[in-house]
Amino acid sequence: MTRFIIQRIIGLVFVMIGVSIITFALSQLVPVDPAAAALGQNAREDQIQAYRHELGLDQPALVQYATYINRLLHGDLGTSIRTRRPVRDDLRDFLPATIELSLAAMIVALIFGIALGIVAAINRNGILDALARGLALVGGSLPIFFLGLLLLAIFYSRLRWLPGPGRLDAVMQPPARVTGMYTIDSLLAGNWATFKNSLWHLILPALTLGYYSTAMILRMTRSSMLEVLHQDYMRTARAKGLTEQVVILRHGLRNAMTPVLTTVGITFGSLLSGAVLTETIFGWPGLGRYATASAVSLDFPAVMGVTLVAAIVYPVANMLVDIGYHFLDPQVRLS
Amino acid sequence: MALSQDRVEAIITEERLPVAQRWRLGRAFRQPAVLVGFLIFALFVLLAVFAPLISPYDPLGQNVVDGLKPPSAQYLFGTDKLGRDIFSRVLYGARLSLLSGVSVVLLAGSVGTLVGLLAGYLGSWADQIMMRITDIFFAFPGLILAMAIAGALGPSLPNALIAISVVTWPVYARLIRGQVLSLKERDFILAAHTLGIPEWQIIWRHLLPNTLAPLLVQASFDLGGAILSVAGLSFIGFGAQPPTPEWGVMISEGRNYIATQWWLATIPALAMLLLVASSNLLGDGLRDLLDPRLRDR
Repeated sequence: MTRFIIQRIIGLVFVMIGVSIITFALSQLVPVDPAAAALGQNAREDQIQAYRHELGLDQPALVQYATYINRLLHGDLGTSIRTRRPVRDDLRDFLPATIELSLAAMIVALIFGIALGIVAAINRNGILDALARGLALVGGSLPIFFLGLLLLAIFYSRLRWLPGPGRLDAVMQPPARVTGMYTIDSLLAGNWATFKNSLWHLILPALTLGYYSTAMILRMTRSSMLEVLHQDYMRTARAKGLTEQVVILRHGLRNAMTPVLTTVGITFGSLLSGAVLTETIFGWPGLGRYATASAVSLDFPAVMGVTLVAAIVYPVANMLVDIGYHFLDPQVRLS
Repeated sequence: MALSQDRVEAIITEERLPVAQRWRLGRAFRQPAVLVGFLIFALFVLLAVFAPLISPYDPLGQNVVDGLKPPSAQYLFGTDKLGRDIFSRVLYGARLSLLSGVSVVLLAGSVGTLVGLLAGYLGSWADQIMMRITDIFFAFPGLILAMAIAGALGPSLPNALIAISVVTWPVYARLIRGQVLSLKERDFILAAHTLGIPEWQIIWRHLLPNTLAPLLVQASFDLGGAILSVAGLSFIGFGAQPPTPEWGVMISEGRNYIATQWWLATIPALAMLLLVASSNLLGDGLRDLLDPRLRDR
């Protein structure tokens, strides 16, 4: 186990070196001079040159990369051209909103995906199965940004059941920062009203972002359950006189979970991509919106920071999934 | 034991294409979902090809007097703020979306296949290096990297296609490498070696054709994914630019009207849903057809 984790962490270090090379190469591709962009239109040529020198932009690419890595190792992600703040501070402000949203989306996806997947498998080829499969097909085919707009139009603009964009109502104060996730922080502060409000704000974005993952988890749960349902041990469990519920949930679901877990790991990566679109629509001040705004204004220190951080999430999520396997099914060797 | 040349030829031809089982084609289409998927997809292809003949208006032609008209006999899908005919724009949008999907699949598919073939066939350190490179690309969340690339290259549809291809190719590299690893131990490849067939010919004529089946299945799924990703990039401003009749752009232009003039964004979104769903259904059918073990998944 320890050896496995060490191996994966070494692998992760290699991946991060590669990621840093790619993000750096991208920043070299940008046709706009970052120094000129930072100083604005009225800057004189000599001022731009001086600033280029200050930023080290007049150095050869290799030297610039070495400087970049050296700064990274000291935890310095550079300064954003757009917000004029250290990228690290920006990320610390924006990342928790995205983590909160992604976790909420994953909870939505796990609950609906697994429940509907089981229902579909038990009612194979029945009406419920057809409905669940239709839902999965639409989930994998509907543009997520349209789904968000639609949900907002229905539940906010028309019905007024749920709040509009943002993480909290404008009149609400964010809770004192502990994790940066409003739902958790407000609970920690014992502030029930803020908790309710932030949870309410979370529903539509989480449903939007979670729909695709729901579809994938549903499909995988269904097919995995179908395979398991006909196994001998299921018949044995029924023969023992166990209730159908126990047979399906304890004997069936547990054995069907391994491929589902893989799907969770894979869709976690897609959550971050989806977050870019979801956050844009719901005015959610997270990593995705920060990345979009930074990329629009060619603020490459910020873009590089976001890509770097985002690229850590997926390998780490997959490592956790692999470790999860081990607990779910000790027969699975970690290698 | 030496194999006779005839026997070797027989093994090679026999094992070349496990795909050539026509009778299964009929069976795949007997599933209603696959048939419906095929028909809808074919319809979109026809509409896209003949868009200039079918569309009643110029997709860019403005007629502000007739702005924001609901669907009617005159304007089948209504008009947008500038009085442009949504039906014509959706037709031309089908062209762009299909072209985008196909370009991404071709571009990412060829690069990925080449890398996968080489990695699987060469093995050892070459394989190690190439697979670590795919690991790196897998680590990026697709849309964030694509956005960074599109931002760096400048927002336009061709650059969005390049960006999406850059984040898609590793899937093919992994897939093909896995195929090659198992294929290269098979008798017919060993036989080809024994015959002294040049290596590039073994790769090109014996390995590649045998990877086509999973490649095709993957491509049909990615087609839909690529269409969604490109539209997503266009929606946030990193792909096709207004006034291009691209579906992502159209949805973005219609987003403020969704509660009042629903047709602006909803119709292109429905078109995209149908096209992507049909290509996913086709993918399901192809997978059943080419790999019966996965049926029912």
